[in-house]
Formats: sequence, C-alpha cells, structure tokens
Amino acid sequence: MRHVITLLVENEFGVLARIAGLFSGRGFNIESLCVAETLDPAVSTMTLVTRGDDMIIEQVLKQLNKLIPVIKVVDLFEKDFVEREMILVKVNATRETREEILRVSEIFRGKVVDVGAKTYTLEVTGDENKVRAILNLLKPLGIKELVRTGRVAMLRGSKASTEPS
Amino acid sequence: MKKTGGQIVVESLKREGVDTVFNYPGGAVLSLFHELDQSSMRQILVRHEQAAVHAADGYARCTGKVGVVLVTSGPGATNTVTGIATAHMDSIPLVILTGQIPTPLIGNDAFQEADIIGITRPCTKHNFLVKDVRELAKTIKEAFYIARSGRPGPVLVDLPKDVIANSTEFKYPEKVFIRGYQPTYEGHPGQVQRAVDLMIKSKRPVIYAGGGIVSSNASKELTLLAERLGIPVAMTLMGLGGFPGNTPLSLGMLGMHGTYRANMAVMESDLLIAIGSRFDDRVTGKIEAFAPQAKIIHIDIDPTSISKNVRVDLPIVGDCKRVIAKILTLLEEEDTQAYREGLGKWRHQIERWKAVHNMDYQQKGDLIKPQYIIEKINELTRGDAIIATEVGQHQMWTAQYYAFTKPRTFLTSGGLGTMGYGLPAALGAQVAFPNKLVIDISGDGSFQMNSQELATIVQYQLPVKVVILNNGFLGMVRQWQELFYEKRYASSSIGEVSPDYVKLAEAYGAVGLQVRRPEDVVPALKKAFSIPKPVILEFIVDREENVYPMVVAGEPLNQMRLV
Repeated sequence: MRHVITLLVENEFGVLARIAGLFSGRGFNIESLCVAETLDPAVSTMTLVTRGDDMIIEQVLKQLNKLIPVIKVVDLFEKDFVEREMILVKVNATRETREEILRVSEIFRGKVVDVGAKTYTLEVTGDENKVRAILNLLKPLGIKELVRTGRVAMLRGSKASTEPS
Repeated sequence: MKKTGGQIVVESLKREGVDTVFNYPGGAVLSLFHELDQSSMRQILVRHEQAAVHAADGYARCTGKVGVVLVTSGPGATNTVTGIATAHMDSIPLVILTGQIPTPLIGNDAFQEADIIGITRPCTKHNFLVKDVRELAKTIKEAFYIARSGRPGPVLVDLPKDVIANSTEFKYPEKVFIRGYQPTYEGHPGQVQRAVDLMIKSKRPVIYAGGGIVSSNASKELTLLAERLGIPVAMTLMGLGGFPGNTPLSLGMLGMHGTYRANMAVMESDLLIAIGSRFDDRVTGKIEAFAPQAKIIHIDIDPTSISKNVRVDLPIVGDCKRVIAKILTLLEEEDTQAYREGLGKWRHQIERWKAVHNMDYQQKGDLIKPQYIIEKINELTRGDAIIATEVGQHQMWTAQYYAFTKPRTFLTSGGLGTMGYGLPAALGAQVAFPNKLVIDISGDGSFQMNSQELATIVQYQLPVKVVILNNGFLGMVRQWQELFYEKRYASSSIGEVSPDYVKLAEAYGAVGLQVRRPEDVVPALKKAFSIPKPVILEFIVDREENVYPMVVAGEPLNQMRLV
C-alpha cells in the first residue's frame, strides 16, 4: 500500500542524509521525497511517499519518529488530504500532433513553457490521478524527457498537518 | 568568562560527572589533550582506538555511567567504528569525541580527514558536527543527554581543530530540551492494568528478560515480580545477571544456544512476558513458529522494537523499572500467593525438562573440556566476579555455565558479536572497579584481535585475568563447518601458529601461565586470581568440542540438537 507521510524536521545539517540513510539502511523504499523550509527557518517540512504492508509502514513511522531531528510524523493514509505534484514534460511535436498536444494541455490546465523545433515542453500540476492521466495521453505521442518534483501534501481542514502537538 | 573550545570541552565533561576518558592522541586533538592533562579526569591511553571504545563500553556496562572516548581525526575516527557499532547494537551509553580538520578544509580531502559523521550515521544513536564554538557546550550537554536517556546508545561529537582553538563566553546550559526526542518512561495505565489481568489468568507464564532490565536497573523489581507470582524467568544473552541465575526460578538463557528448559518453556507457554528484550533472531528461532500458544506482553522503552519481528498482543512502551513497579503495585490487590501455588504444576513440568538435558558434558581423560573451565571459574568466584568475554564458542559456554547473580557483571558483545571486544572491555571494567576480580574469557582467535592492549593493562597496573581457551580454531566457525559444510575447515584453523602466550605475557610485563591437564585447572585458577597483577592463563583445551543445545538457523526453538 502506498503511504504519503509528512514530516516536520529540524532544518539542520545532514537531516536529509539521515532520513535517506534510514530508508536505504533498512530496505524501505522511497518513491518520492520533497523537502523545503517552512515559514520558520529552523524547521523544514518533508513529504515522503513510500510503499509496504502494515508491519513495514508501522516500522517506517516508528523509525522516523526515533530520529532526533524529526519533530513530528503524520501518515496521511486514509485521511483527507490535498496533494499536488508538478511535472515538466517534453513531448515530441510533429506538424500532425501539435494540435492534439495543445488540446490535451488545455484540458489538463497545463502551460506550454518551452517550444522547440520538434518539441513542446509542458508544465502540469495536479494530484496523482491527474498526472498519471495526462502522461498516459502523452505517451503515445512520444515523451522525450520527464522531470517530476514528487508529491507535496497537506491535511484538509483548519488544523495544520504538522502542528507540533 | 572567556574560554577556548578545548577548555569548554574539559569543563563540560566535568559538569557531566565524567571521571575517566579512554583516549588516543593525534594532530587534530593536540590542544584538547593539552587541556585534559591538567584536569582531574583520569586519562587512559590505549594502543588502538577500537580498544578505547570497547574499554569505554565495558566501563559503561558495569557502572551504568556514560563511557567517554577521545580520538583524533581521520584514521583515529574510523578505527572507532567497530566499537561504536558494537555499543549501538547493545544500547550502551557512550560519548565519542573525535577530532576533525579545521572547518574551512572540510570536504577538501585534507590530511587525516574522514567524514565520520557520514560514516557513523547508521551506527550511532545520534551524531553532531560542531561548526561554531558558541554551540560547543550545548552540544556536549545534548550528547550526554541523548546517550544516557531513553534507550541508551553511542553519540559521536566531531570537533574541528579551529572550533577547539576559538574562544567564547562559557555558560553550561542548565537544561536540555530536544523537541524531536521525548522518550516515554511511564507505561500507559490502561495497558499496565490489562497486563496484570492477563498475568493472573495465565497458567503457563514465562518471563523473557533482556538487556533492558540491566539498562533500566530493574533487577530488583524483576526479581520481586517473578518471586511474587512464581513465574520462571528466561534471559537473553544481554539479560544474564538481570535475574539471579542461581535461583530455582531461573531458566538460564534462551535461544540458539539456550538451555533446553528455557526454550521448551517458551514454546509451551500460554503467556510470554517480554521485558526489555527485542525478539532477536538468535532468540526466536523460526519466527512463524515462535511461542505458538502464547499471548505476548511486550514492555520496552523503544517503540521500534515492539511488533518489529513478532506481533505482540499487549505492547507497553515505557521504562522497565517503572512499569514493573506499577505492575507490582496493582498486584497488591490480587491474591498472589494462591496464584503462585497454582503454578506448581507448570514449574514441575519445567523441572522435568531440566532432567532431559541439563548442560551435561563429560570431563574425562587427559583433555580439558572448555565447559569445565567455566564451571570451575563459576564455583571459585561464586558468581561475584566481573566477566568479560570475546565472541564465539567460549562466549556461549560462559553464558551457559557461569551463573550470573548480579546485573552489570557480564560484559559481552551480543548484537554485533565483535571479536576483540573482551580484553579492552575487561580493562575498562577494571579501571571502574580496581579492587574487583575482573576476568576476560577469551578464545585464541579473539585474543589476537586486540592483544596489543596488554600494554595498556600493564601500564595502568590493572590486574585483569585473561583466560584463553586455546583450541587452535575459530571454534564457532569450525562447529558450523562441521555440522553444515561437510567438515571443510576453510580458514578456521589457526593453531598452526599459536604464540607462546606465557612468553607473550612476560614480553609485556604481565604474568603468564599455561595449563594442559585437567587436574591443574583449579590450582592454576586459584593462583591466577591471587596474583595482584595482570595474568594470562592459557588452557589447552579439547580441539573439537561443540556448543549444545543448538537451534539450527531456520528451525523452531523446540527442535534443538542436543548432541
């Protein structure tokens, strides 16, 4: 099962290496990882997507909590949350396919951010399903290059996901 | 008032109650040594940095205090890694101070530079690189706090040369607060009550006690609990001594080389009370078949240990000592005497298992059996010595034949199984307790891993007794090769070149004795124990003796090989 986990961590030297090392050392997988400062420069938020059965996920959450610089761990699984990922995708564009690419982009509210002699580069933001959908539509046209940010997520409602409680 | 980083380190160590530092100098830490030499803290210079960490580890295990190490950068730091990993696996509180090159040079492949922070991230409880002298005092305080609190562990502090040379106002923080680190000490009251309810309903309970009992100083509480309810106690290698091994309720060690009755009791139990233990593979045997009839209560301070390998029915996160004390209070409401008497049948069943296999071996003929030596050491010391071991067959025989009666008297590398641990750990223990009998039980293989520490032992006049069970083999490897690899003794025979240990001892200025005949064993031990100097006592033992019982890897605990 895929789990999206948000972490509140001390913004200190080596904290990303610590978390990545924990995952590789224990054989947990990281599907994606996104980290940056919050409004408080001493603290960063990390969104991590991992996959495993219940016992593995329980270990992942507990091992993350055990790390000294990790302040709070929230597993968003089965909770109500907003998630987004941004992708930049360079698609092959021939005279015949240009129209279709632009149409697809418009339907998904993407933007053309670069035009080449034979390619379009699109910027698309959306949740997991939307991103998968547009990539499926663009694949038959020929994707030349794809870069993804990885997902960021936040609990719905008035409470902050990572309010230190 | 302004102090240099070096002076701040010295002052901070003093504030933390440090009285001993195990060290080895080098370029990056010269100024630190300059300051430390003038302080009241005892400096123990070893002969290899790995030994400095093992010595601090032995010191920490037998005193309960944080062991302190100081080494230089580069190779000095990398030499500590095995020692740090050893302490990490066994949850031993250490603070390891490593020198580092000046901050502007970090990352430039400078002379004696090593990314020790990167290297030790997976094997320390936490580590710090101090980049500013103004952070130094706070960092040291945090390091000690992290090392000794919650589930203890080694903490490394990397000290660049320029940071140590810089000066700042010294103010030692009064309190430390780390928002990401808040261990839970008190067990959840609801869970504790449920545990008591499960206990008094059980008919075939077993307590499975581990190293956490020792770390938590919970021996007294554990003993009260076991005796009040009449529940037998099986101990892990790390838990030996946590419950007195010479009393009727003790089942001895459980697991791969545990006693027959301990393993059978666990497999037939209806309630397994795990306290301060982590269901390690050496203990459980085939996990799917472990304790098949038992409900499991698991009391541990580390949430990650709970339900990691084996799903437990009643987890209680908390400090063993406090949780057991709470249980004892709740038990005052119960008729514990009736319960204790009701378990008579279960205890009787355990006595019958004791009769099936009770660690018997035959000491006959001209060859000394290694088990005989351990038995005699046990008899002569009456369980009152501090015993360090190396790793291998001799380690298992020590766990089987020496009845540890008190906690913090058994120093052994359990989790990592580090050969070369015993001699330096014994020296650390002797530094802590100069007047106690400290014995290092070793094999000929393990002894040669850190034999250079004989120099340290003689230099500080530490009267450690080193008992070498010399069988000319890497015994445990040979045993597995005999049982599973068609007796192909690949790279396990070292007897071709066996040093004259008597001459070796004398070369360092210690006393050396060699024993070949069984009738000379007891007199030699008595003699060695009475000499107020370091002694190497070499016993030439039966070459191909095996450790039994043995649970073969992948087999359930009740399928033990007995011969």
